Amino acid sequence: MNDELETFRRECAAFIEAKCPASMRTPLVREDEEPWGGRRPVFTHPDTKPWMDAMAERGFTAPTWPREYGGGGLDEAHARVLEDELRRAGCRPALKSFGLWMLGPVLLQYGTEAQKQAWIPGIVRGETRWCQGYSEPGAGSDLASLQTRAVLDGDAYVVDGGKVWTSHADKADYMFCLVRTDPSARKHEGIGFLLIDMRAPGITVRPIRLISGASPFCETFFDGVRVPRANLVGRPGEGWTIAKALLSHERALISKMRDARSSEDVSLEALARRYLGTDESGAIDHPSLRDRIAQANLDLLCNKLTMRRSEEAVRAGLGPGPETSMFKLYGTELSKRRYELMVEMAGFSGLGWEGEGFEADELVRTRSWLRSRASSIEGGSSEIQLNVIAKRVLGLPDDPHGRGRE
Amino acid sequence: MSFVLTEEQTALQRAAREFANERVPTTHLRALRDGNDAIGLSRERWTEMAELGWPGIVLPEEHGGLGLGFAELGLVLQALGRTLAPHAFLSTVVLSGSAIALGSDARQKHEHLPKIASGERLFAFAHEERRRHARHHIATRAVASREANGGFRIDGEKSFVLDGHVADMFVVVARTSGDVDAREGLTLFLVKKTLPGVTTQRLSVVDARNAARVHLAGVEVARADVLGHVGRGVEILDRVLDRATIALAAEMLGGIEEAFERTLAHLKTRRQFGVPIGSFQALKHRAAYMFCEIELSRSIVMEALRAIDANRDDVPMLASAAKARLSDVFLQVAGEAVQMHGGVGVTDELDIGLFLKRARVAQLTLGDAAHHRDRFARLGGY
Ligand SMILES: Cc1cc2nc3c(=O)[nH]c(=O)nc-3n(C[C@H](O)[C@H](O)[C@H](O)COP(=O)(O)OP(=O)(O)OC[C@H]3O[C@@H](n4cnc5c(N)ncnc54)[C@H](O)[C@@H]3O)c2cc1C
Repeated sequence: MNDELETFRRECAAFIEAKCPASMRTPLVREDEEPWGGRRPVFTHPDTKPWMDAMAERGFTAPTWPREYGGGGLDEAHARVLEDELRRAGCRPALKSFGLWMLGPVLLQYGTEAQKQAWIPGIVRGETRWCQGYSEPGAGSDLASLQTRAVLDGDAYVVDGGKVWTSHADKADYMFCLVRTDPSARKHEGIGFLLIDMRAPGITVRPIRLISGASPFCETFFDGVRVPRANLVGRPGEGWTIAKALLSHERALISKMRDARSSEDVSLEALARRYLGTDESGAIDHPSLRDRIAQANLDLLCNKLTMRRSEEAVRAGLGPGPETSMFKLYGTELSKRRYELMVEMAGFSGLGWEGEGFEADELVRTRSWLRSRASSIEGGSSEIQLNVIAKRVLGLPDDPHGRGRE
Repeated sequence: MSFVLTEEQTALQRAAREFANERVPTTHLRALRDGNDAIGLSRERWTEMAELGWPGIVLPEEHGGLGLGFAELGLVLQALGRTLAPHAFLSTVVLSGSAIALGSDARQKHEHLPKIASGERLFAFAHEERRRHARHHIATRAVASREANGGFRIDGEKSFVLDGHVADMFVVVARTSGDVDAREGLTLFLVKKTLPGVTTQRLSVVDARNAARVHLAGVEVARADVLGHVGRGVEILDRVLDRATIALAAEMLGGIEEAFERTLAHLKTRRQFGVPIGSFQALKHRAAYMFCEIELSRSIVMEALRAIDANRDDVPMLASAAKARLSDVFLQVAGEAVQMHGGVGVTDELDIGLFLKRARVAQLTLGDAAHHRDRFARLGGY
């Protein structure tokens, strides 16, 4: 590492030492302590906000974004140094945000100067919370068949229709939304990418309960909602292109989203020792589960190595190889497998829903197991990922009947 | 160490692929098989590979080797795996050669390693005794001989010795003390094929590659032919077997890649119902899953090869991870390859069945997936 990077590393370490409270250097376990920000933020931990603000002030919540919009202005090498230092110190994420992960990158790419000025600084500072309005009851995997309409009326688009599975719509300030701007155009061409204020009259939001018991997502209804014309990103027919660019950010994210609740960080063998015991040789006393645990650990190792291989190829200037297209698929399928094992090896103790008679971590695991089932559906289901690999990587031909689309 | 190939490695990979395609394509294996070749291995081709320096890739320069690493040897094996080329890398170079390089005294190294590097001398590693791989199960006895020379007398039978009927010399794993399954009490011996009491019986194996049963009846070996320390053979044995397991996994990776690529080509060209069969989603998804499994396989093989070169202490764990995964994936991919080829897939005319046969043998050689998952867990402390 050159001197300049080394200096920056020390700078980062000093920054963390000075600004990151000790409590923010512990694993983030409780969902309600997640730092989502927004106009109506919930900070159940007193140190969350100061940590977020300190990071935002330096632009470190969005390290590689340009400084003029509040970002850190770092190149990849410096950003990696920062990331390494944050990880080394065990820092919690300062800000979780769809704005950071999904909207920001495409705004930087497709937004006008005025739009970047208007929206990006608020994202970096965690002042605005965003939700993603893509899916509709009739448009899931086949997203481009969406029907929510936006009709131009003077200086505003009038939006009518409804979205579904909108994560955090009830807590978000704004939605980036796919709308049909031209019903007469071909399916993929008549779509616009619109930014909608969730306070606008005519919007109703109804939370949907998941099998895990949580209600992280909603149905959102639009009834004659007026949205300033200036809130359209890109040209009226460019929405699909933007949506796809955004989806690639989203998939990369779902596959590598790691926090304290990630299945990767749970030691299956430690749980197995607790629930299944060991024989005199120290082996887990349940041959078939032990074999499946070994398989899951082995696959996790191979998956991590593949991610590292991919990162190294990118760093060496070889670009992301074909292997990147498998991370969302393999990561989520593997995580489901690991949660199945966790619940299964706990026996009756793995069946608890709430209340007495179960340990707290057992109750959390039941919910996490159920939540893990969603990961291979959201952001492009596993089947859709397989279609993508078959087509883009393996070059297999399209089904002439139109099945097997991405 | 990096996953990104260096320029030299890329050049070696290209050379190895070219050699495999031109000098030992699948027709070479077929010729040996169908011509009932006496030894099932072409010494001529082995000499050609030696001229390129490959048997000496991992051997030290002072003994005629190239002094490169397993990362490089793996590239050669991967290329040979693609054409199912019979070779003596496992028997002679990785198993026996490593044993000598790791455990021998200067005199033995000087005597054998240059001959291995030059391709003149073929070795076999006489280890397995059971129906499936069992690392430390050695019933073959080596007892201090009654003659005053401090030698040993070996009696036993080895069940599955790669290139056993071809080799000029053996490295024999025998028990000088302890119970049949004990880790301690093993000793390695250098045994000439011509010694009285050594007999070999060639096995005709499904993949048409070489293996033999080796009988040792009252074989007298001199004290000077002990490889390493008496009773402490396990120190060498474990390292040798880990290296060989990883090297075999590299060869298997090549076979997997080739079988998969041939199948993809078939999916794009074979038409049924008026369309390429590769447009059927039932086949696409299976192909896409195989792609993932192969990418993960590539990563673990590369990591394991690099771990040997860096002398890392997680080599045993990585060896088992690699062999467990590659055994499963090779059988899966070769099986799917046959299925997706339809009727021609089960004909001998097409090569694709040869990959299935190789997968079957390779997955069992040096321990199958279940064996290595068990070991992976044990090494992980569970
Ligand atoms: C936890 C969670 C959070 C979400 N958050 C958001 C959000 O914030 N914003 C948003 O807009 N959406 C969100 N979604 C919606 C998500 O993007 C959709 O659920 C997803 O695209 C699948 O659509 P669908 O539910 O309509 O299923 P469908 O498309 O109806 O799929 C049903 C089944 O058919 C399969 N299938 C569909 N098409 C094909 C094909 N061509 N080939 C093979 N199989 C196929 C699918 O894989 C699936 O198994 C979220 C979903 C979940 C689970």
